Amino acid sequence: MKTSLKLMAASSLFALAAGSAAAQTELRMMWYNDGIEGEVMQSILDRFEEAHPDISVTLDVVPYQAVLESLPIQLAAGNGPDIARVTDLGGLSEHYLDLRPYIEDPEYWETNFGPFLDWLDPDGDAINGFMTQLTVTGPYVNRTLFEQAGVDLPGEGATWEDWAAAVNEVADALDIPIPMAWDRSGHRVAGPAISQGAAMFDEEGNPALVDEGLQRMAQLLYDWHQDGTMSLELWGSVSGSSYLGANEDFANANVVMYMSGSWQIPQFADTIGDAFDWWAVPAPCGAAACTGMPGGAALAAIADTEHPEEVGILMDYLAQEEVLAEFYGRTLFIPGHLGLAEGGIEFDADDPRAVHALETFAAAVPGISPVAFQLQGYPNNRVMFNALISRLNEAIVGELTLEEAYARMEEDIANQLAESNR
Amino acid sequence: MVDATQSPRSVGALLGARRGRGKLHWTDVFTYGYLGFGLFLMFAPVVWLVLSSFKTPAGLQEFPPTFLPLGQITAEVEGYDEPLLLFDVTMEDGTVQQLAQVRRIGIMAQMVDPENPGERLQIPIAAREPVREMRMAWENYRDPLERFNFMRYLWNSVIVTFSATMVTLLINSMAAYGLSIYEFRGRNAIMLFVIGTLMIPITVILVPVYLVVTNLGMINSLWAVILPGAATPTGVFLLRQYMLTIPRDLIEAARMDKASEWQIYWRVVMPLAMPAVAVLAIFSIMWRWNEFLWPLIVLNRSEVYTLQVGLNAFQGELDVQWHYILAMTVVTLIPVVIVFAFLQRFITTGIASSGMK
Amino acid sequence: MPHVDKTPVNTGEMLQNVVAWPIRILFKLLDYPISAIQRLIGIRRMPWLFLLPNLAFFGMFVIVPLFMNFAYSLTGGTELFLRDRPLTGTEQYGFLFDCENYADPVSCREDRFWKGIFNTSVFIFFQVSFMVLFSLITALVLNREIRARGFWRAVFFFPVLLSPVVVALIWKWILLRDGILNAFLISIGLDRILFFVSPEWAMFWAVFVSIWAHMGFYTLILLAGLQAIQPDLYEAAEMDGTSKERVFFRITLPLLWPNMLVVIVLALIKGVQVFDEVYVLTGGGPGTATQFIVQYIYNTAFTNQVQNFGLASAASMVLGVVLFVLTLTQLAATRRRDNG
Repeated sequence: MKTSLKLMAASSLFALAAGSAAAQTELRMMWYNDGIEGEVMQSILDRFEEAHPDISVTLDVVPYQAVLESLPIQLAAGNGPDIARVTDLGGLSEHYLDLRPYIEDPEYWETNFGPFLDWLDPDGDAINGFMTQLTVTGPYVNRTLFEQAGVDLPGEGATWEDWAAAVNEVADALDIPIPMAWDRSGHRVAGPAISQGAAMFDEEGNPALVDEGLQRMAQLLYDWHQDGTMSLELWGSVSGSSYLGANEDFANANVVMYMSGSWQIPQFADTIGDAFDWWAVPAPCGAAACTGMPGGAALAAIADTEHPEEVGILMDYLAQEEVLAEFYGRTLFIPGHLGLAEGGIEFDADDPRAVHALETFAAAVPGISPVAFQLQGYPNNRVMFNALISRLNEAIVGELTLEEAYARMEEDIANQLAESNR
Repeated sequence: MVDATQSPRSVGALLGARRGRGKLHWTDVFTYGYLGFGLFLMFAPVVWLVLSSFKTPAGLQEFPPTFLPLGQITAEVEGYDEPLLLFDVTMEDGTVQQLAQVRRIGIMAQMVDPENPGERLQIPIAAREPVREMRMAWENYRDPLERFNFMRYLWNSVIVTFSATMVTLLINSMAAYGLSIYEFRGRNAIMLFVIGTLMIPITVILVPVYLVVTNLGMINSLWAVILPGAATPTGVFLLRQYMLTIPRDLIEAARMDKASEWQIYWRVVMPLAMPAVAVLAIFSIMWRWNEFLWPLIVLNRSEVYTLQVGLNAFQGELDVQWHYILAMTVVTLIPVVIVFAFLQRFITTGIASSGMK
Repeated sequence: MPHVDKTPVNTGEMLQNVVAWPIRILFKLLDYPISAIQRLIGIRRMPWLFLLPNLAFFGMFVIVPLFMNFAYSLTGGTELFLRDRPLTGTEQYGFLFDCENYADPVSCREDRFWKGIFNTSVFIFFQVSFMVLFSLITALVLNREIRARGFWRAVFFFPVLLSPVVVALIWKWILLRDGILNAFLISIGLDRILFFVSPEWAMFWAVFVSIWAHMGFYTLILLAGLQAIQPDLYEAAEMDGTSKERVFFRITLPLLWPNMLVVIVLALIKGVQVFDEVYVLTGGGPGTATQFIVQYIYNTAFTNQVQNFGLASAASMVLGVVLFVLTLTQLAATRRRDNG
């Protein structure tokens, strides 16, 4: 055993020596990829390292599962990275580093990232990081199929019922297997539920998931699965809160309308291209609003880091307008920087569909309901999303009645919150 | 009646000899049928996986799927920058023409005759047949491997697998030796103890082991992946069963020759137990190589990732890309197949002769 | 003595030569301290020395975590470290067993726990029985005088070497809506079947894939048992003119019984622990039709936003007790066999 220990030591020394100059601060950034963001970030980091030779940054790319499940444990045990790309913004806020003492100009951060800083730190006013992307949920349609079937696209202000009728018409005419598909995610359901009047919270700001608005939306989803508007293959085929996207089916022109979000734009530009007109449409309306859900991932600094000053330098560099403009432009993400959102970005896309989609989603941002913002900012929102989607799913496949499902949703949320408040 | 001219001694002959000279009995038909079916059932899915991994995303979506990975032939057409896909099109008058496709919109395709590129025709997609040749989509392998530090991950996996196997073989064989050669008080309790640990799935103790590893300071080093799984109950059990069959006289004779217990262990018992040791080695290699959940949680620095963790990193939050998933699955399969091809004799004879009494 | 096949000499020797040299040196060095210890404590106590490293590893990485797990089950909250967690006593167990009607998971507070138990029971009932049956048949087939026996054994053993994730992905790819199995069904004139939308089909495939992946291992165990049966017994039976069926049921099966028992209990233990394969194959769906008990534990502890280690630990302790009882059954039964 002593021999292999020596071998290990030797090889690690070799690796260290080969890589870097002496006395360099090493920062570790935990990252996951949906598309090409990793490559874009790496090229930006390379330039940063050239500008700051005494800081080296390593991008640790992990499966998303690791960010969601392993990172909280690693952070709690004190073994986390220096910076991480996270989606559970409020949920991990106790582990974030307040960058205020380490950045050049806190005011710049506040002006441009203001509302999003609250997502990262709901209870205080720390500056923890910035959004790598802002996402908005909303539907895409296969406009080509509408043209082929001779059906008009419902316009702005159309309700979900209008859309359901329209897509069924198209699907019948052209024999498309799946008229409507939604990603299997509570986050996706939340926007339309709020449009139907769901308040999500009670007066004190505690979760109150099941109300008339939510039940209206749940009933619609249930009915759509029974009458064939939505296919059981998607939601019905996994359990619990497992995520299942319908992007492949949409890309193969098996779906007429696909409820997803703005993050699909780069992927669709790549995989669909001009095979058909994938068209983003404004959020359908419900009884109360016509809204989607905001969201996104953020790059957050971690409190346990041993090099807070260097982290501050790196974050300042990455948060610059030019750098972010390049990042958002190449990755085709909606900017999470208020200045850029207003001023506009040059997106690295000549596909008219991608440009239209970006415009549509960006234009949807002002119309997002305040309830949606509140929900996104609530640290335990995943508890609500998971309860919603898992129990609704059980009702749809027939294991529970809708009434039982509603009761279970409330119970799940209450039980989990009780546990976390102990 | 059994044919007496066939080898009479082994069980196999008695149970399985052909009945009647040269004629096939129903048991023979069943035997060969079963074997053939078994071969198909065991290998066909893997073969299908490998074939599918070489298809382009378009090829993967096709229904019904083709056996061989096929790619469409493209043609350079005047007036167009990119090469266009070629199709065999059944025209309205029934003739078949080869046309190149400009773009497809929904159920109509815009196509041109490569010889006559000026005129654009609208063809319903149902009338087209792609013109294809066999093409391996090597990019399914190249792209993810280029994105990641593949050699590094491979090296880590090799180190982990090798070291872990060495440690496992050593301590498991020592424990098996202790439990088989000696009769002592508490032996059965220890056996129960060892077997008892078999019942604990890793998910159940994931977090506590993580905390133990943190406290030992092994986080983010390969030791965190090497050491925790080294003491396998199956290994101890397997080796013990085999060592029980070693004749005691050998041991006694060695003791009379003034050999120390340690010398008996590695000079007498271990060489005799080689078949079982080989089996354990193979199992250990398989377990360590395929381990995913534990390295995922305990390693978060990319330079210590093992292959399984590294290759799964392309699975992001929001996309499922079958062509990459299939290709990477094949990549993780390759070492298994290699080990299997070279060492299958050991496996199949080793377990069989470890005499699970 | 069991029937021992001759292992090939070339590969074995090659391996030995390459690896042996540094090992020989190491072992020789270790002889000095260990023999010294032997002189000190005497031969009777030597087994403990040999057991020490293995037991130390078990202790550190299995037993201590197990006790920690038990401790976690008596606590609540969401802190990672035990010292920060509030003590809740048996409350978590209370939650698990809080049911109006134990036969109906929906009436329980932790409905997914009981659904998991129910699903796992159904799973092991079918999986263990069919796996033992097919392993037996395969072992009998492989035991016959067939050419290239080693090759055929290897064929059936091959899937055992694949990781559960690979196994699940292979079969998922085949069973998809547009997968090759559906293509085959359509080609023979039947309708497409959406396997992952039907609870019965999902359970069927979970059982099937699990058997596919593990059968080879148990086949080999039974094969070893078959080959250990003394040929004289068969000769005697043949001379008496006993029919083949009676030989099988009166001689083969009873003598094979110890191995069968090992196979059954091992399969039961592994079956109750099923997780990876099914999780990747069906995700536990449709609905909760293939959600098994270990998946419940995993979800409770990791995938939920509120990572509830207390409840998950309690559930895993219950699982552990069940498995412990199963194992005790094995040992008791084999001991009775040996004595009887």
